[in-house]
Amino acid sequence: MNKIREKKQLSETVFLMRVEAPLIARERKAGQFIILQLCEDFGERIPLTIADADPAAGTITLIFQAVGKTTKKLALMNAGEKIAALVGPLGTPTHIENFGTVVCVGGGIGVAPLHPIAQAMKAAGNKVIIIMGARNRELLILENEMRAIADELIICTDDGSVGRKCLVTEPLKELCEQDPKPDLAVAIGPPVMMKFCAETTRPYSVPTQVSLNTIMVDGTGMCGGCRVTVGDETKFVCVDGPEFDGHLVDFDNMINRLSSYKKQEAHSCKIGLEGDSQ
Amino acid sequence: KERMAIPAQEMPTQDPAERRSNMNEVALGYSPEQARAEALRCLQCKTAPCIAGCPVGIDIPGFIQAIADGDNKKAIDIIKIDSLLPAVCGRVCPQETQCQAPCTVGKVLKSVDKAVNIGRLERYVADWERENRLIEIPAIKPDTGKKVGIIGTGPAGLTVAADIRREGHDVTLFEAFHKPGGVMVYGIPEFRLPKAIVQQEIDALTAMGCELKTNFVIGRTRKIQDLLDEDGFDALFIGTGAGLPRFMNIEGENLVGVYSANEYLTRSNLMRAYDKQRADTPIFDSEKVAVLGGGNVAMDAARTAVRLGAKEVHLIYRRTEVEMPARVEEVHHAKEEGVIFHMLENPKRILSDEKGWVNGIECLRYELGEPDDSGRRRPIAIEGSEFEIDLDTVIVAIGNDSNPLIRQTTPGLETNKWGNIVADENGKSSIDRIYAGGDIVLGAATVILAMGEGRKAAAAMNEMLANI
Ligand SMILES: Cc1cc2nc3c(=O)[nH]c(=O)nc-3n(C[C@H](O)[C@H](O)[C@H](O)COP(=O)(O)OP(=O)(O)OC[C@H]3O[C@@H](n4cnc5c(N)ncnc54)[C@H](O)[C@@H]3O)c2cc1C
Ligand SMILES: Cc1cc2nc3c(=O)[nH]c(=O)nc-3n(C[C@H](O)[C@H](O)[C@H](O)COP(=O)(O)OP(=O)(O)OC[C@H]3O[C@@H](n4cnc5c(N)ncnc54)[C@H](O)[C@@H]3O)c2cc1C
Ligand code: SF4
Ligand code: SF4
Ligand code: FES
Ligand SMILES: [Mg+2]
Repeated sequence: MNKIREKKQLSETVFLMRVEAPLIARERKAGQFIILQLCEDFGERIPLTIADADPAAGTITLIFQAVGKTTKKLALMNAGEKIAALVGPLGTPTHIENFGTVVCVGGGIGVAPLHPIAQAMKAAGNKVIIIMGARNRELLILENEMRAIADELIICTDDGSVGRKCLVTEPLKELCEQDPKPDLAVAIGPPVMMKFCAETTRPYSVPTQVSLNTIMVDGTGMCGGCRVTVGDETKFVCVDGPEFDGHLVDFDNMINRLSSYKKQEAHSCKIGLEGDSQ
Repeated sequence: KERMAIPAQEMPTQDPAERRSNMNEVALGYSPEQARAEALRCLQCKTAPCIAGCPVGIDIPGFIQAIADGDNKKAIDIIKIDSLLPAVCGRVCPQETQCQAPCTVGKVLKSVDKAVNIGRLERYVADWERENRLIEIPAIKPDTGKKVGIIGTGPAGLTVAADIRREGHDVTLFEAFHKPGGVMVYGIPEFRLPKAIVQQEIDALTAMGCELKTNFVIGRTRKIQDLLDEDGFDALFIGTGAGLPRFMNIEGENLVGVYSANEYLTRSNLMRAYDKQRADTPIFDSEKVAVLGGGNVAMDAARTAVRLGAKEVHLIYRRTEVEMPARVEEVHHAKEEGVIFHMLENPKRILSDEKGWVNGIECLRYELGEPDDSGRRRPIAIEGSEFEIDLDTVIVAIGNDSNPLIRQTTPGLETNKWGNIVADENGKSSIDRIYAGGDIVLGAATVILAMGEGRKAAAAMNEMLANI
């Protein structure tokens, strides 16, 4: 049982929760995630990135978008209530070193998992350029937090309500065309966005790391449900990842696999709280 | 002679047509009359060859005689000298290749099927004890102040916990999942091993004062070295099992609709996806399923698919039924439930529609050639024998390797080329104060072997703890 210490609504469908988890707060590194469950008998296990942690206070921060049954139920919970089960930190931490210039690209809720990575990249001495994308101003999250880290911050919205009116791939392409080009790109967001980020950097040979959000059950390498094709190998995202070389990931297969339970999910999601499903 | 004339007692079972659509246990257990009759079939052989067939050496004629005498309490007490999980092993042991294989009655009647049904009798007395609420919490010796950590709550871990706690040591069990029990809860389905039976074992440990920490992944939440250096554990037992699914590495294996048996069974059993009304975890509504493999895992996956409503379930195995490693009873039950057996066939690739979803499988026919290293005749593909089966789901059940997490996060822990932890005959690993047993040492094996190893390791650990 993990008590919710704090809850904030960041946008219409995005929530932040600070949750008690002292051991996880102490061990976690950038790029890792937890799996949570709202009921140990019938609840499902869903992964969420550890967006931040405070080892002294013994808390971790989760930022999630209410898209379906479990995330919508979670969004209805409040400070003081307890999450039935939380396990982690899971996954291989991000490889952090001084690469030189790192472009961090975050789309939508992907900005949340990107935050600790950008933070760690900055701390390792990199020049950090951040590109943040959202559909509109309303859906943009963590702008101040990212601004505090970034050497340069570029905001893009689909409707131009804030920042540039374009997709994140546009400024990414411009950066790749510069001399010197970035030493590394890190892209986290919807799979389609990551796919096109990887396509954008490929011609410039800018190494591009993506963080995959496949469907998981155990999160410890036991079920293989999270597997993806990387190059000509099969990898388990929960243990070998979640980060992979974006130029090698078979995104089309991954996107297909994410839709495995669309039919069942549409059925099960009758809980209130308006919001679109991705 | 008289005894030989008593017919082997059939196990009452749920009607196949009915059980196709429920998760309840298939084998219903002997009645007291049946148990007595079956017990009377035992010849009480002086040499008792059956005992040598049991990996933990239970005094089989001893407990059977007690049943014949009507003394169930004595029978269960005899079993419990050597086995801590009789209700489980009586149900899932591959008896026909263990205790029942050398049984004199079977030998005389020239069929292992006619051997004394030792497993069923074991189950009978274990159930009798549980149903009559006679299970006693073992006496615990005074506190020693020593602390033991047990990683993994499968049969190996549970056994070690009981044996070590009895000596008065403090015991903490760590389990990665939200429920303890290992394969007994996430893998083996309810219809073969009711979860309440496993829970009973867990409750007994808690009543003995063992502490249980679920949702705790050793190697992630805490590392082995932290437990020893910072958290004050005097000794550790690693019983993390063989939970890393193997795939075939054929084309199409990552398509939508291809599962490992581990995933399929975990969704259904542990996450209760079969209870569609209440469970949040989804599972495919499959119409036509192929299960690849011929072991217990494959049978469990196939029979689960039947219960989840599949109209056709094909079991594809590249050797013949004789070589199938599954328990004979499971094969028999699977057939009764309508699983279609394809012997001497093996998939070549998995086919999909334009959306990337499974819609079929291409197989090759095989024939048996010369025996290989394992002594089994090697299956050889027949060239040009390709054919297709229409499907929407494929479940890969060709085996499990050991999970590398502990190995990768514990410097100095010796493992072999399969990634299994190397342990000596007492279960001691290459690191002082760290023991290991069960599938993580043996490779995917059986419940009774995991339990047996656990007992050996616990004895060595108790001795070690007494001397520090
Ligand atoms: C490593 C990792 C980190 C993630 N971090 C975050 C995060 O920080 N914030 C955030 O909002 N989301 C994150 N996600 C995605 C999040 O897990 C899903 O949005 C969530 O599981 C949806 O569940 P639901 O029941 O609310 O919705 P549903 O309607 O059940 O599912 C919506 C969609 O989410 C995906 N999904 C469903 N079940 C699972 C599952 N068990 N595991 C993974 N994906 C699933 C499917 O594509 C599905 O179509 C992460 C995913 C992964 C793999
Ligand atoms: C589907 C299926 C059917 C089977 N049928 C039979 C049968 O009929 N008869 C039979 O005798 N045998 C059968 N077996 C085999 C038998 O179940 C295993 O041999 C036995 O369970 C092994 O016991 P164990 O204690 O070594 O490990 P397991 O039962 O595998 O338990 C290991 C536990 O450790 C946990 N764990 C793993 N890593 C960590 C970690 N890092 N930190 C914390 N916890 C961790 C796991 O979550 C798991 O709960 C079957 C196996 C399967 C998969
Ligand atoms: S534990 Fe297994 S092998 Fe031993 S007597 Fe019982 S059923 Fe037979
Ligand atoms: S071998 Fe068979 S008949 Fe002989 S003692 Fe054992 S169970 Fe009884
Ligand atoms: S989630 Fe089960 S192996 Fe990755
Ligand atoms: Mg869901």
